[in-house]
Amino acid sequence: MIDLFTLGFLQRALVAGILVSLLCGVLSTFVVLRRMAFIGVGISHSAFGGVALGFLLGVDPLWTGIGFALMVALLIEYAQTRTTVEEDTAIGIFFAASMALGLVFLHLSRAYNVDVFGFLFGNILAIGAQQLWQILVVTVGVLAVILAFFKELVFLSFDEEMAWVSGVPVKALRYLFLVIMALVVIVTIYLVGIILVSALLVIPGAIAQNLARQLKTMVWVSTGVAVGSAVGGLMLSYAIDFPSGATIVLVLAVLYLLTSGLRPWLHHR
Amino acid sequence: MTAPEISEAAVKLEGVWVSFNGVTILEDVSLTIEAGRYVGILGPNGAGKSTLLKVILGLIRPQRGEARVFGEPPEKLRHHGNVVGYLPQRPLGNPRFPVTALDVVLMGRYGRIGLFKRPRREDREMARRRLEDLGISHLADRLIGDLSGGEQQRVFIARALGVEPRILVLDEPTVSLDVCVQDDIFEMINTLREKLHLTVLIVSHDIGAVARHMDDVVCINRRIHVHQPPPIGRLGLESTFGCAVEYLFHGEIPHRVVKSRDD
Repeated sequence: MIDLFTLGFLQRALVAGILVSLLCGVLSTFVVLRRMAFIGVGISHSAFGGVALGFLLGVDPLWTGIGFALMVALLIEYAQTRTTVEEDTAIGIFFAASMALGLVFLHLSRAYNVDVFGFLFGNILAIGAQQLWQILVVTVGVLAVILAFFKELVFLSFDEEMAWVSGVPVKALRYLFLVIMALVVIVTIYLVGIILVSALLVIPGAIAQNLARQLKTMVWVSTGVAVGSAVGGLMLSYAIDFPSGATIVLVLAVLYLLTSGLRPWLHHR
Repeated sequence: MTAPEISEAAVKLEGVWVSFNGVTILEDVSLTIEAGRYVGILGPNGAGKSTLLKVILGLIRPQRGEARVFGEPPEKLRHHGNVVGYLPQRPLGNPRFPVTALDVVLMGRYGRIGLFKRPRREDREMARRRLEDLGISHLADRLIGDLSGGEQQRVFIARALGVEPRILVLDEPTVSLDVCVQDDIFEMINTLREKLHLTVLIVSHDIGAVARHMDDVVCINRRIHVHQPPPIGRLGLESTFGCAVEYLFHGEIPHRVVKSRDD
């Protein structure tokens, strides 16, 4: 196995980019099929509150970020299932409140020296060995869970009621999926930043839906597109000296537009 | 194979009350459905038909009263994964979901297959047989979103049967279908009921069809009125009228009609 501690910052960036985009690609299929794009936006933006809290308390923003993202994810789920609040209203309220809290925390911490910009827009070159380990652990854990419950996740995405009646642990899996999303969002922040995370959760799946007619193909295409865009975007950004996160997202957006244009031909054979 | 016991209750509701946001949907509903019957549940829009089904399925817990399906609470029963086959009212939430008709029917087997296991060859064969039963084996490899409404509905009925259930619960299986297709589907379900020894519960707003095809009619409008059996030999209009009149005239009076309208 490669010794993660001896890698140079460029190699670390590349390995991190591959792992994170691999995760996003797999997850993106479900985000698109379950129409959870806006939840992705909500969870990722709410992580800002947690990251800022980390600065204020002087702890690793990863943990406070995960805490906040999880809390908001579960609040959204709770509001949606237990109250009469509409899901998108709940998301709109919770993520805005969480970002506002983040600004207050930053103000209180007077941490002008921290890389807020890096958290907002990603700074993959700043990934150290510790972050790489965190990413690796999340990647292995999340992929194992998705693989273990793949069949049930598909069923529940397709038809939640029938899945429930057939004995699928729907509620547990819904919460598990939110936990997974929160974890993936946090590690993806390293790659593209809080503002752009949702792009990686949505666009690969959307591209794959344009191209694939079978679910398994869709997962593979989504993953391939995500990894390809991350690696390609990183190299492109290095070559033309663009911000890396933004370049990755722009590559994805262009691919989405291209495949959307191709869709009518692909699907009328 | 032994025939199912005639006396066994497939569904038993006792004093069930359900309300949402202070509005009572089901009021003191008691109902017994014997195993092996073909039961239609009729009622106007908003009468609580789907709610009644969801109580039987365990999707909704009643505030008062209790539901038993084959003697067990439905929310426990679901864990067997092989008792209830269900057709929701709008089963296809996302028409671009990339699965084939066969994939959809296979999902009906997931409860039986259980966690951490993959479908095996027997499951695929069973799924194909169910498609055959519904006369659509030629559509097995087509995407669900590419099929017509009637074809999709058959796929979803095949999925419900893929469970190899003891009870089949169908919520508006013929909504948005042509009249001819509707009759076909009701007939087909009856044939399958006999072949597979099923109890069948169908929610419908099509009074004529229910009276033509089914053994028992449950009329519901917040409260419940049971007809056993419906007028035999009297088709279409009369039955329709009988039931429609009933909504108009005994909506607010709590009672239970056990005899037929002819008496």
